[in-house]
Amino acid sequence: MGASYSEVMSKKQEILLKATGIDYDEFEVSPISFDYERLMSSCGYSLQDVQKILLETGVGQTQLVELKNLTQLVRSIAPPGKGGRIFVKDEAANPSGSFKDRRAALSIYQAKELGYKGVVAASSGNYGAAVASQAAKRGLKSIILQEVYDNRRVGQPEILEKTRACEAYGAEVWQLTVGPELFYIMLQVLEETRFFSASLYVPTSILGIETLGYELAKQLLEMEGRFPDVVLITHAGGGNVTGTARGLIKAGSTQTAVVGVSVDLRGLHMASDNDFNRKSFTTGHSGFGIPFLTWPDRTDVPRNCARGLRYLDRYVLVSQGEVFYTTELLAKLEGMERGPAGNTSLAGALAVARELDRDQILVVQETEYTAAGKMPSSQLTFAKENGIRVTRGNPKKNRPGESIIIPERVDQISVEDFSMDKIRQSYIKNAIKAAEDHEPTEADERFLAEDSKSSLDQVREVIQSSNH
Amino acid sequence: MTSAKRGDFIQVHKVILEPNQRMEGLPSSTKYVPYECWIKGFLMNESANMGDEVRVKTLIGREISGALCEVSPKYEHDFGETQEEILSVGYEALQQLENKHKANRE
Repeated sequence: MGASYSEVMSKKQEILLKATGIDYDEFEVSPISFDYERLMSSCGYSLQDVQKILLETGVGQTQLVELKNLTQLVRSIAPPGKGGRIFVKDEAANPSGSFKDRRAALSIYQAKELGYKGVVAASSGNYGAAVASQAAKRGLKSIILQEVYDNRRVGQPEILEKTRACEAYGAEVWQLTVGPELFYIMLQVLEETRFFSASLYVPTSILGIETLGYELAKQLLEMEGRFPDVVLITHAGGGNVTGTARGLIKAGSTQTAVVGVSVDLRGLHMASDNDFNRKSFTTGHSGFGIPFLTWPDRTDVPRNCARGLRYLDRYVLVSQGEVFYTTELLAKLEGMERGPAGNTSLAGALAVARELDRDQILVVQETEYTAAGKMPSSQLTFAKENGIRVTRGNPKKNRPGESIIIPERVDQISVEDFSMDKIRQSYIKNAIKAAEDHEPTEADERFLAEDSKSSLDQVREVIQSSNH
Repeated sequence: MTSAKRGDFIQVHKVILEPNQRMEGLPSSTKYVPYECWIKGFLMNESANMGDEVRVKTLIGREISGALCEVSPKYEHDFGETQEEILSVGYEALQQLENKHKANRE
Protein backbone atom coordinates (compact mmCIF):
# COMPACT_ATOMS: atom_id res chain seq x y z
CA MET A 1 0.00 0.00 0.00
CA GLY A 2 1.51 3.31 -1.23
CA ALA A 3 3.01 5.98 0.99
CA SER A 4 3.28 5.54 4.74
CA TYR A 5 0.98 7.18 7.23
CA SER A 6 3.46 9.85 8.25
CA GLU A 7 4.54 10.61 4.65
CA VAL A 8 0.95 11.31 3.61
CA MET A 9 0.10 13.28 6.73
CA SER A 10 3.13 15.54 6.26
CA LYS A 11 1.73 16.65 2.88
CA LYS A 12 -1.68 17.45 4.40
CA GLN A 13 -1.70 21.23 3.75
CA GLU A 14 -0.53 20.92 0.17
CA ILE A 15 -3.04 18.17 -0.71
CA LEU A 16 -5.96 20.05 0.86
CA LEU A 17 -5.09 23.31 -0.89
CA LYS A 18 -5.25 21.53 -4.25
CA ALA A 19 -8.41 19.63 -3.30
CA THR A 20 -10.50 22.52 -1.94
CA GLY A 21 -9.16 25.46 -3.91
CA ILE A 22 -9.11 27.44 -0.65
CA ASP A 23 -5.95 28.97 0.78
CA TYR A 24 -6.92 28.97 4.44
CA ASP A 25 -3.79 30.91 5.41
CA GLU A 26 -5.33 33.97 3.79
CA PHE A 27 -7.97 34.13 6.50
CA GLU A 28 -5.75 33.57 9.53
CA VAL A 29 -5.46 36.58 11.84
CA SER A 30 -3.48 35.06 14.73
CA PRO A 31 -2.86 31.57 16.13
CA ILE A 32 -6.31 31.96 17.77
CA SER A 33 -8.42 34.04 15.40
CA PHE A 34 -9.43 33.91 11.77
CA ASP A 35 -11.83 35.97 9.67
CA TYR A 36 -14.86 33.67 9.64
CA GLU A 37 -17.21 35.93 7.69
CA ARG A 38 -14.61 36.69 5.03
CA LEU A 39 -13.94 32.96 4.62
CA MET A 40 -17.69 32.30 4.36
CA SER A 41 -18.15 34.92 1.63
CA SER A 42 -14.89 34.10 -0.19
CA CYS A 43 -16.60 31.96 -2.82
CA GLY A 44 -18.84 34.87 -3.79
CA TYR A 45 -22.31 33.26 -3.74
CA SER A 46 -25.30 35.19 -2.38
CA LEU A 47 -28.12 33.24 -0.72
CA GLN A 48 -30.22 33.81 -3.85
CA ASP A 49 -27.43 32.39 -6.04
CA VAL A 50 -27.30 29.33 -3.81
CA GLN A 51 -31.07 28.83 -3.95
CA LYS A 52 -30.95 28.97 -7.74
CA ILE A 53 -28.06 26.48 -7.97
CA LEU A 54 -29.83 24.07 -5.59
CA LEU A 55 -33.06 24.22 -7.60
CA GLU A 56 -31.17 23.24 -10.78
CA THR A 57 -30.74 19.76 -9.32
CA GLY A 58 -34.12 19.62 -7.55
CA VAL A 59 -32.81 20.40 -4.06
CA GLY A 60 -34.80 22.38 -1.49
CA GLN A 61 -38.25 24.02 -1.48
CA THR A 62 -39.56 21.18 0.70
CA GLN A 63 -42.89 21.30 2.52
CA LEU A 64 -43.27 22.73 6.01
CA VAL A 65 -45.91 20.51 7.63
CA GLU A 66 -47.84 21.11 10.84
CA LEU A 67 -47.90 18.00 13.05
CA LYS A 68 -51.36 18.57 14.48
CA ASN A 69 -51.84 15.14 16.03
CA LEU A 70 -48.49 15.19 17.80
CA THR A 71 -49.28 18.69 19.07
CA GLN A 72 -52.60 17.37 20.43
CA LEU A 73 -50.77 14.48 22.07
CA VAL A 74 -48.36 16.86 23.78
CA ARG A 75 -51.26 19.09 24.92
CA SER A 76 -53.00 16.06 26.42
CA ILE A 77 -50.18 15.81 28.97
CA ALA A 78 -49.01 19.45 29.17
CA PRO A 79 -49.98 21.91 31.95
CA PRO A 80 -53.10 24.02 31.16
CA GLY A 81 -52.43 26.57 28.39
CA LYS A 82 -49.16 24.86 27.43
CA GLY A 83 -48.22 22.84 24.35
CA GLY A 84 -46.67 24.79 21.45
CA ARG A 85 -47.54 23.96 17.84
CA ILE A 86 -45.05 21.61 16.18
CA PHE A 87 -44.10 21.92 12.50
CA VAL A 88 -41.61 19.83 10.55
CA LYS A 89 -39.63 20.62 7.41
CA ASP A 90 -39.94 17.50 5.27
CA GLU A 91 -36.39 17.34 4.02
CA ALA A 92 -36.79 13.65 3.11
CA ALA A 93 -38.29 15.00 -0.13
CA ASN A 94 -34.83 16.03 -1.38
CA PRO A 95 -33.35 13.90 -4.23
CA SER A 96 -31.28 11.55 -2.03
CA GLY A 97 -33.68 11.75 0.92
CA SER A 98 -32.20 14.24 3.38
CA PHE A 99 -31.15 17.86 3.94
CA LYS A 100 -27.61 16.74 3.12
CA ASP A 101 -28.44 17.38 -0.55
CA ARG A 102 -28.36 21.09 0.31
CA ARG A 103 -24.96 20.56 1.86
CA ALA A 104 -23.56 18.72 -1.16
CA ALA A 105 -25.21 20.65 -4.00
CA LEU A 106 -23.20 23.86 -3.91
CA SER A 107 -19.86 22.09 -3.33
CA ILE A 108 -20.43 19.78 -6.28
CA TYR A 109 -21.53 22.72 -8.45
CA GLN A 110 -18.33 24.51 -7.52
CA ALA A 111 -16.19 21.42 -8.14
CA LYS A 112 -17.63 21.25 -11.66
CA GLU A 113 -17.06 25.00 -12.21
CA LEU A 114 -13.44 24.67 -11.08
CA GLY A 115 -12.87 21.85 -13.56
CA TYR A 116 -12.47 18.88 -11.20
CA LYS A 117 -13.35 15.49 -12.72
CA GLY A 118 -14.62 13.99 -9.50
CA VAL A 119 -15.25 14.44 -5.79
CA VAL A 120 -14.25 12.62 -2.61
CA ALA A 121 -16.21 12.64 0.64
CA ALA A 122 -15.74 10.85 3.94
CA SER A 123 -19.17 9.99 5.31
CA SER A 124 -20.95 6.95 6.69
CA GLY A 125 -24.22 8.83 6.59
CA ASN A 126 -26.64 10.69 4.35
CA TYR A 127 -23.94 13.10 3.23
CA GLY A 128 -22.16 10.40 1.23
CA ALA A 129 -25.37 9.56 -0.61
CA ALA A 130 -26.02 13.26 -1.22
CA VAL A 131 -22.54 13.76 -2.70
CA ALA A 132 -22.94 10.67 -4.91
CA SER A 133 -26.38 11.84 -6.06
CA GLN A 134 -25.29 15.42 -6.80
CA ALA A 135 -22.15 14.17 -8.56
CA ALA A 136 -24.35 11.96 -10.76
CA LYS A 137 -26.53 14.96 -11.61
CA ARG A 138 -23.52 17.10 -12.54
CA GLY A 139 -21.68 14.37 -14.44
CA LEU A 140 -18.79 14.03 -11.96
CA LYS A 141 -17.30 10.86 -10.50
CA SER A 142 -17.55 10.24 -6.78
CA ILE A 143 -15.60 8.28 -4.20
CA ILE A 144 -17.19 7.84 -0.78
CA LEU A 145 -15.13 6.67 2.20
CA GLN A 146 -17.21 5.04 4.92
CA GLU A 147 -16.40 3.71 8.37
CA VAL A 148 -18.57 0.60 8.27
CA TYR A 149 -17.21 -2.45 10.08
CA ASP A 150 -15.75 -3.51 13.40
CA ASN A 151 -12.90 -6.04 13.37
CA ARG A 152 -15.37 -8.97 13.11
CA ARG A 153 -16.62 -7.35 9.88
CA VAL A 154 -19.97 -6.67 11.49
CA GLY A 155 -21.52 -3.52 10.07
CA GLN A 156 -24.06 -1.11 11.50
CA PRO A 157 -27.22 -1.72 9.37
CA GLU A 158 -27.78 2.00 8.85
CA ILE A 159 -24.30 2.37 7.37
CA LEU A 160 -24.73 -0.75 5.21
CA GLU A 161 -27.83 0.96 3.80
CA LYS A 162 -25.66 4.01 3.03
CA THR A 163 -23.16 1.84 1.14
CA ARG A 164 -26.07 0.58 -0.93
CA ALA A 165 -27.41 4.09 -1.57
CA CYS A 166 -24.00 5.48 -2.60
CA GLU A 167 -23.40 2.57 -4.98
CA ALA A 168 -26.92 3.01 -6.35
CA TYR A 169 -25.86 6.54 -7.36
CA GLY A 170 -22.74 5.13 -9.02
CA ALA A 171 -20.09 5.94 -6.42
CA GLU A 172 -16.92 3.99 -5.70
CA VAL A 173 -17.33 3.13 -2.01
CA TRP A 174 -14.52 2.23 0.37
CA GLN A 175 -15.94 0.26 3.29
CA LEU A 176 -13.44 0.71 6.11
CA THR A 177 -13.03 -0.65 9.61
CA VAL A 178 -13.15 1.61 12.67
CA GLY A 179 -10.42 4.21 12.97
CA PRO A 180 -9.55 7.88 12.58
CA GLU A 181 -7.05 6.89 9.88
CA LEU A 182 -9.90 7.49 7.46
CA PHE A 183 -8.39 10.96 7.07
CA TYR A 184 -5.13 9.39 5.87
CA ILE A 185 -7.02 7.37 3.25
CA MET A 186 -8.83 10.52 2.18
CA LEU A 187 -5.60 12.45 1.66
CA GLN A 188 -4.11 9.54 -0.23
CA VAL A 189 -7.15 9.19 -2.51
CA LEU A 190 -7.24 12.96 -3.10
CA GLU A 191 -3.58 13.00 -4.05
CA GLU A 192 -3.97 10.02 -6.35
CA THR A 193 -7.12 11.21 -8.15
CA ARG A 194 -6.73 15.03 -8.00
CA PHE A 195 -10.46 15.08 -7.21
CA PHE A 196 -12.25 17.80 -5.23
CA SER A 197 -12.59 17.34 -1.48
CA ALA A 198 -16.32 17.68 -0.74
CA SER A 199 -15.61 18.25 2.93
CA LEU A 200 -18.60 18.77 5.22
CA TYR A 201 -16.83 21.78 6.68
CA VAL A 202 -15.99 24.05 3.74
CA PRO A 203 -17.91 27.34 3.18
CA THR A 204 -20.00 25.98 0.29
CA SER A 205 -21.31 23.19 2.53
CA ILE A 206 -22.62 25.64 5.13
CA LEU A 207 -23.92 28.11 2.52
CA GLY A 208 -26.06 25.30 1.11
CA ILE A 209 -27.70 24.74 4.51
CA GLU A 210 -28.43 28.45 4.93
CA THR A 211 -31.22 27.96 2.39
CA LEU A 212 -32.93 25.59 4.84
CA GLY A 213 -33.17 28.12 7.67
CA TYR A 214 -34.12 30.88 5.25
CA GLU A 215 -36.84 28.81 3.57
CA LEU A 216 -38.48 27.63 6.77
CA ALA A 217 -38.62 31.15 8.21
CA LYS A 218 -40.18 32.55 5.02
CA GLN A 219 -42.62 29.63 4.73
CA LEU A 220 -43.82 30.02 8.28
CA LEU A 221 -44.16 33.76 7.79
CA GLU A 222 -46.39 33.11 4.81
CA MET A 223 -48.43 30.39 6.55
CA GLU A 224 -48.81 31.92 10.00
CA GLY A 225 -47.70 35.52 9.62
CA ARG A 226 -44.82 35.06 12.01
CA PHE A 227 -41.36 33.61 12.55
CA PRO A 228 -40.82 30.47 14.68
CA ASP A 229 -40.27 30.82 18.43
CA VAL A 230 -37.99 27.79 18.55
CA VAL A 231 -36.14 25.83 15.88
CA LEU A 232 -34.84 22.41 16.89
CA ILE A 233 -31.87 21.02 14.98
CA THR A 234 -30.27 17.59 15.22
CA HIS A 235 -26.66 18.24 16.14
CA ALA A 236 -23.62 16.24 15.02
CA GLY A 237 -20.64 18.13 13.58
CA GLY A 238 -22.42 21.49 13.85
CA GLY A 239 -23.05 22.23 10.17
CA ASN A 240 -26.79 21.80 10.39
CA VAL A 241 -27.04 24.23 13.32
CA THR A 242 -24.64 26.75 11.76
CA GLY A 243 -26.23 26.85 8.31
CA THR A 244 -29.81 26.84 9.57
CA ALA A 245 -29.18 29.58 12.13
CA ARG A 246 -27.40 31.76 9.56
CA GLY A 247 -30.33 31.28 7.18
CA LEU A 248 -32.83 32.25 9.90
CA ILE A 249 -30.88 35.45 10.51
CA LYS A 250 -30.73 36.24 6.78
CA ALA A 251 -34.54 35.83 6.65
CA GLY A 252 -34.91 38.30 9.53
CA SER A 253 -35.94 35.64 12.06
CA THR A 254 -33.51 36.94 14.67
CA GLN A 255 -35.54 36.30 17.83
CA THR A 256 -35.89 32.57 17.23
CA ALA A 257 -34.29 30.32 19.86
CA VAL A 258 -31.88 27.87 18.24
CA VAL A 259 -31.85 24.51 20.04
CA GLY A 260 -29.40 21.73 19.18
CA VAL A 261 -30.49 18.16 19.96
CA SER A 262 -28.21 15.11 20.10
CA VAL A 263 -28.75 11.50 21.06
CA ASP A 264 -27.01 10.80 24.33
CA LEU A 265 -24.14 8.38 23.73
CA ARG A 266 -21.91 9.65 26.52
CA GLY A 267 -19.46 7.00 27.68
CA LEU A 268 -18.99 5.38 24.27
CA HIS A 269 -15.63 6.04 22.60
CA MET A 270 -16.00 7.01 18.95
CA ALA A 271 -12.65 5.52 17.88
CA SER A 272 -13.21 2.27 19.78
CA ASP A 273 -13.70 -0.88 17.72
CA ASN A 274 -15.47 -2.39 20.70
CA ASP A 275 -17.97 0.47 21.18
CA PHE A 276 -18.64 0.95 17.47
CA ASN A 277 -21.56 -1.46 17.25
CA ARG A 278 -22.96 -0.76 20.70
CA LYS A 279 -24.83 2.29 19.45
CA SER A 280 -27.98 2.51 17.34
CA PHE A 281 -27.35 6.01 16.03
CA THR A 282 -24.53 6.66 13.62
CA THR A 283 -24.85 10.44 13.67
CA GLY A 284 -26.65 13.28 15.45
CA HIS A 285 -25.24 12.02 18.72
CA SER A 286 -23.22 13.43 21.60
CA GLY A 287 -20.08 11.58 20.41
CA PHE A 288 -19.90 14.18 17.64
CA GLY A 289 -21.92 17.00 19.20
CA ILE A 290 -19.85 17.64 22.33
CA PRO A 291 -16.34 17.37 20.83
CA PHE A 292 -17.29 19.50 17.82
CA LEU A 293 -18.85 22.21 19.99
CA THR A 294 -15.89 22.36 22.34
CA TRP A 295 -13.33 22.20 19.52
CA PRO A 296 -14.68 22.68 15.96
CA ASP A 297 -11.26 22.79 14.26
CA ARG A 298 -10.77 19.03 14.46
CA THR A 299 -11.81 18.26 10.88
CA ASP A 300 -10.44 17.51 7.43
CA VAL A 301 -9.89 21.24 6.71
CA PRO A 302 -7.69 23.74 8.62
CA ARG A 303 -10.66 25.91 9.65
CA ASN A 304 -14.13 24.46 10.15
CA CYS A 305 -16.97 26.63 8.84
CA ALA A 306 -19.47 24.66 10.95
CA ARG A 307 -19.29 26.60 14.21
CA GLY A 308 -22.44 25.72 16.11
CA LEU A 309 -21.41 27.48 19.29
CA ARG A 310 -21.68 30.87 17.54
CA TYR A 311 -25.42 30.33 17.14
CA LEU A 312 -26.75 27.88 19.73
CA ASP A 313 -29.02 29.12 22.51
CA ARG A 314 -29.50 25.72 24.06
CA TYR A 315 -28.07 22.21 23.64
CA VAL A 316 -30.09 19.22 24.84
CA LEU A 317 -29.74 15.46 24.87
CA VAL A 318 -32.36 12.76 24.31
CA SER A 319 -31.95 9.00 24.67
CA GLN A 320 -31.97 6.38 21.89
CA GLY A 321 -35.22 4.85 23.20
CA GLU A 322 -36.97 8.22 23.10
CA VAL A 323 -36.04 8.67 19.43
CA PHE A 324 -37.30 5.18 18.52
CA TYR A 325 -40.55 5.95 20.35
CA THR A 326 -40.87 9.27 18.50
CA THR A 327 -40.20 7.54 15.16
CA GLU A 328 -43.17 5.27 15.88
CA LEU A 329 -45.38 8.22 16.84
CA LEU A 330 -44.55 10.14 13.66
CA ALA A 331 -45.48 7.13 11.52
CA LYS A 332 -48.62 6.10 13.41
CA LEU A 333 -50.08 9.53 14.26
CA GLU A 334 -48.90 11.65 11.36
CA GLY A 335 -48.57 9.09 8.57
CA MET A 336 -44.92 10.00 8.00
CA GLU A 337 -42.46 7.12 8.13
CA ARG A 338 -39.07 8.79 8.40
CA GLY A 339 -35.49 8.05 9.42
CA PRO A 340 -33.75 8.59 12.74
CA ALA A 341 -31.85 11.87 12.17
CA GLY A 342 -34.81 14.26 12.00
CA ASN A 343 -36.63 12.28 14.64
CA THR A 344 -33.86 13.13 17.11
CA SER A 345 -34.85 16.80 17.10
CA LEU A 346 -38.52 15.81 16.96
CA ALA A 347 -38.07 13.84 20.20
CA GLY A 348 -36.59 17.01 21.68
CA ALA A 349 -39.57 18.99 20.36
CA LEU A 350 -42.08 16.71 22.14
CA ALA A 351 -40.44 17.70 25.42
CA VAL A 352 -39.74 21.39 24.69
CA ALA A 353 -43.31 21.97 23.35
CA ARG A 354 -44.65 21.26 26.85
CA GLU A 355 -42.74 24.32 28.13
CA LEU A 356 -44.24 26.66 25.50
CA ASP A 357 -47.61 28.41 25.33
CA ARG A 358 -50.18 27.09 22.90
CA ASP A 359 -49.77 29.98 20.48
CA GLN A 360 -46.03 29.49 20.23
CA ILE A 361 -44.46 27.63 17.31
CA LEU A 362 -41.62 25.10 17.21
CA VAL A 363 -40.07 23.98 13.94
CA VAL A 364 -38.21 20.70 13.61
CA GLN A 365 -36.08 21.52 10.60
CA GLU A 366 -35.52 18.12 9.01
CA THR A 367 -36.79 14.65 8.26
CA GLU A 368 -34.80 11.99 6.40
CA TYR A 369 -35.78 8.97 4.31
CA THR A 370 -36.02 5.60 5.96
CA ALA A 371 -35.23 2.14 4.61
CA ALA A 372 -34.03 -1.33 5.55
CA GLY A 373 -31.25 -0.86 8.07
CA LYS A 374 -32.51 2.50 9.28
CA MET A 375 -35.86 1.55 10.81
CA PRO A 376 -36.37 0.97 14.55
CA SER A 377 -36.99 -2.73 13.85
CA SER A 378 -33.60 -3.17 12.13
CA GLN A 379 -31.77 -1.06 14.68
CA LEU A 380 -33.31 -2.78 17.71
CA THR A 381 -32.63 -6.21 16.20
CA PHE A 382 -29.01 -5.21 15.72
CA ALA A 383 -28.78 -3.76 19.23
CA LYS A 384 -30.03 -7.01 20.77
CA GLU A 385 -27.58 -9.05 18.65
CA ASN A 386 -24.80 -6.90 20.10
CA GLY A 387 -25.80 -7.50 23.68
CA ILE A 388 -27.87 -4.36 24.33
CA ARG A 389 -30.88 -4.82 26.61
CA VAL A 390 -34.09 -3.40 25.11
CA THR A 391 -37.08 -2.80 27.41
CA ARG A 392 -40.05 -0.51 27.93
CA GLY A 393 -39.83 1.79 30.93
CA ASN A 394 -38.47 5.07 32.16
CA PRO A 395 -36.01 6.39 29.54
CA LYS A 396 -34.12 8.22 32.30
CA LYS A 397 -32.63 4.86 33.26
CA ASN A 398 -31.08 4.44 29.80
CA ARG A 399 -27.36 3.50 29.74
CA PRO A 400 -25.66 4.09 26.35
CA GLY A 401 -23.97 0.90 25.18
CA GLU A 402 -25.85 -1.25 27.73
CA SER A 403 -29.56 -0.58 27.42
CA ILE A 404 -32.21 1.09 25.30
CA ILE A 405 -35.38 2.00 27.14
CA ILE A 406 -38.47 2.70 25.06
CA PRO A 407 -40.78 5.06 27.00
CA GLU A 408 -44.15 3.75 28.15
CA ARG A 409 -45.88 7.10 27.80
CA VAL A 410 -45.24 10.36 25.93
CA ASP A 411 -44.89 12.32 29.20
CA GLN A 412 -41.72 10.30 29.93
CA ILE A 413 -39.95 12.01 27.02
CA SER A 414 -37.74 14.76 28.34
CA VAL A 415 -34.58 16.61 27.40
CA GLU A 416 -31.43 16.93 29.44
CA ASP A 417 -29.89 20.39 29.14
CA PHE A 418 -26.17 20.29 28.62
CA SER A 419 -24.60 23.36 30.23
CA MET A 420 -23.84 25.97 27.54
CA ASP A 421 -21.47 27.73 29.95
CA LYS A 422 -19.40 24.57 30.34
CA ILE A 423 -19.22 24.12 26.57
CA ARG A 424 -18.18 27.76 26.10
CA GLN A 425 -15.50 27.51 28.76
CA SER A 426 -13.99 24.35 27.32
CA TYR A 427 -14.03 25.80 23.81
CA ILE A 428 -12.15 28.93 24.95
CA LYS A 429 -9.64 26.81 26.90
CA ASN A 430 -9.09 24.55 23.88
CA ALA A 431 -8.53 27.55 21.59
CA ILE A 432 -5.92 28.99 23.93
CA LYS A 433 -4.24 25.62 24.34
CA ALA A 434 -4.08 25.04 20.56
CA ALA A 435 -2.37 28.42 20.09
CA GLU A 436 0.43 27.20 22.42
CA ASP A 437 2.68 30.13 23.45
CA HIS A 438 0.58 32.83 21.84
CA GLU A 439 -0.68 35.39 24.37
CA PRO A 440 -4.34 36.22 23.51
CA THR A 441 -4.70 39.81 22.26
CA GLU A 442 -7.78 41.99 22.60
CA ALA A 443 -8.73 41.06 19.03
CA ASP A 444 -8.45 37.38 20.01
CA GLU A 445 -10.74 37.99 22.97
CA ARG A 446 -13.32 39.57 20.67
CA PHE A 447 -13.01 36.62 18.26
CA LEU A 448 -13.45 34.08 21.07
CA ALA A 449 -16.48 35.97 22.41
CA GLU A 450 -18.13 35.95 19.00
CA ASP A 451 -17.12 32.38 18.26
CA SER A 452 -18.64 31.10 21.50
CA LYS A 453 -21.58 33.53 21.87
CA SER A 454 -20.07 34.75 25.17
CA SER A 455 -19.47 38.20 26.61
CA LEU A 456 -15.96 39.69 26.64
CA ASP A 457 -15.97 39.40 30.44
CA GLN A 458 -16.74 35.69 30.27
CA VAL A 459 -13.87 35.18 27.81
CA ARG A 460 -11.43 37.13 30.02
CA GLU A 461 -12.46 35.15 33.06
CA VAL A 462 -11.67 31.85 31.33
CA ILE A 463 -8.35 33.20 30.02
CA GLN A 464 -7.38 34.33 33.51
CA SER A 465 -8.34 31.05 35.12
CA SER A 466 -6.32 29.08 32.55
CA ASN A 467 -3.24 31.21 33.30
CA HIS A 468 -3.21 29.92 36.85
CA MET B 1 -18.86 -19.25 -5.82
CA THR B 2 -15.14 -19.67 -5.21
CA SER B 3 -13.81 -18.32 -8.50
CA ALA B 4 -14.51 -15.49 -10.93
CA LYS B 5 -13.79 -14.61 -14.54
CA ARG B 6 -13.03 -11.32 -16.28
CA GLY B 7 -15.90 -8.82 -16.05
CA ASP B 8 -17.57 -10.45 -13.02
CA PHE B 9 -18.72 -8.03 -10.34
CA ILE B 10 -16.66 -8.84 -7.27
CA GLN B 11 -15.43 -7.44 -3.97
CA VAL B 12 -11.79 -7.13 -2.93
CA HIS B 13 -10.28 -6.86 0.53
CA LYS B 14 -7.22 -4.82 1.45
CA VAL B 15 -5.29 -4.43 4.68
CA ILE B 16 -4.40 -0.75 4.70
CA LEU B 17 -2.42 -0.57 7.93
CA GLU B 18 -1.07 -3.41 10.06
CA PRO B 19 -1.59 -2.91 13.82
CA ASN B 20 1.99 -1.60 14.25
CA GLN B 21 1.47 1.01 11.50
CA ARG B 22 -1.66 2.50 13.04
CA MET B 23 -2.03 6.00 14.45
CA GLU B 24 -0.92 6.64 18.01
CA GLY B 25 -3.34 7.10 20.87
CA LEU B 26 -6.04 4.68 19.71
CA PRO B 27 -8.22 2.81 22.23
CA SER B 28 -6.87 -0.72 22.80
CA SER B 29 -9.73 -2.48 20.99
CA THR B 30 -8.75 -0.55 17.83
CA LYS B 31 -4.97 -0.44 18.29
CA TYR B 32 -4.32 -4.19 18.06
CA VAL B 33 -6.37 -4.90 14.93
CA PRO B 34 -5.45 -4.07 11.32
CA TYR B 35 -7.10 -1.20 9.43
CA GLU B 36 -9.02 -2.89 6.62
CA CYS B 37 -11.11 -2.03 3.60
CA TRP B 38 -13.51 -3.61 1.10
CA ILE B 39 -14.22 -2.24 -2.40
CA LYS B 40 -16.40 -3.53 -5.26
CA GLY B 41 -15.66 -3.59 -8.97
CA PHE B 42 -15.41 -5.61 -12.19
CA LEU B 43 -12.64 -8.21 -12.32
CA MET B 44 -9.87 -7.31 -14.79
CA ASN B 45 -7.89 -10.56 -14.54
CA GLU B 46 -8.75 -13.43 -16.91
CA SER B 47 -9.87 -15.51 -13.92
CA ALA B 48 -9.21 -15.68 -10.20
CA ASN B 49 -9.88 -17.75 -7.10
CA MET B 50 -10.85 -16.58 -3.63
CA GLY B 51 -7.93 -14.88 -1.92
CA ASP B 52 -6.03 -14.15 -5.15
CA GLU B 53 -4.54 -10.68 -5.53
CA VAL B 54 -6.50 -9.14 -8.42
CA ARG B 55 -7.21 -5.87 -10.25
CA VAL B 56 -10.74 -4.47 -10.47
CA LYS B 57 -12.36 -1.56 -12.28
CA THR B 58 -14.63 0.24 -9.79
CA LEU B 59 -18.06 1.75 -10.55
CA ILE B 60 -16.33 4.98 -11.64
CA GLY B 61 -13.84 3.14 -13.87
CA ARG B 62 -10.83 3.48 -11.57
CA GLU B 63 -8.41 0.56 -11.23
CA ILE B 64 -7.76 -0.85 -7.78
CA SER B 65 -6.08 -4.00 -6.49
CA GLY B 66 -6.93 -6.27 -3.58
CA ALA B 67 -7.65 -9.86 -2.61
CA LEU B 68 -10.76 -11.40 -4.14
CA CYS B 69 -13.18 -12.05 -1.26
CA GLU B 70 -16.64 -12.22 -2.81
CA VAL B 71 -18.26 -12.79 -6.19
CA SER B 72 -21.56 -11.01 -6.94
CA PRO B 73 -21.67 -9.39 -3.49
CA LYS B 74 -25.19 -8.67 -2.24
CA TYR B 75 -26.72 -6.26 0.25
CA GLU B 76 -27.91 -8.19 3.27
CA HIS B 77 -29.15 -5.54 5.69
CA ASP B 78 -32.88 -5.88 6.24
CA PHE B 79 -35.90 -4.68 8.22
CA GLY B 80 -34.95 -6.73 11.27
CA GLU B 81 -37.09 -8.96 13.47
CA THR B 82 -40.48 -7.99 14.89
CA GLN B 83 -39.79 -5.77 17.91
CA GLU B 84 -42.56 -6.12 20.47
CA GLU B 85 -41.15 -3.20 22.50
CA ILE B 86 -42.36 -0.76 19.84
CA LEU B 87 -45.36 -2.56 18.34
CA SER B 88 -47.99 -0.95 20.56
CA VAL B 89 -46.49 2.56 20.81
CA GLY B 90 -48.79 4.04 18.16
CA TYR B 91 -51.92 2.35 19.49
CA GLU B 92 -51.23 3.55 23.04
CA ALA B 93 -50.80 7.14 21.87
CA LEU B 94 -54.03 7.02 19.88
CA GLN B 95 -55.82 5.69 22.99
CA GLN B 96 -54.38 8.55 25.01
CA LEU B 97 -55.72 11.08 22.47
CA GLU B 98 -59.13 9.40 22.40
CA ASN B 99 -59.41 9.37 26.19
CA LYS B 100 -58.54 13.05 26.27
CA HIS B 101 -61.23 13.85 23.68
CA LYS B 102 -63.76 11.86 25.73
CA ALA B 103 -62.80 13.67 28.93
CA ASN B 104 -63.13 17.04 27.16
CA ARG B 105 -66.64 16.15 25.93
CA GLU B 106 -67.83 15.06 29.37
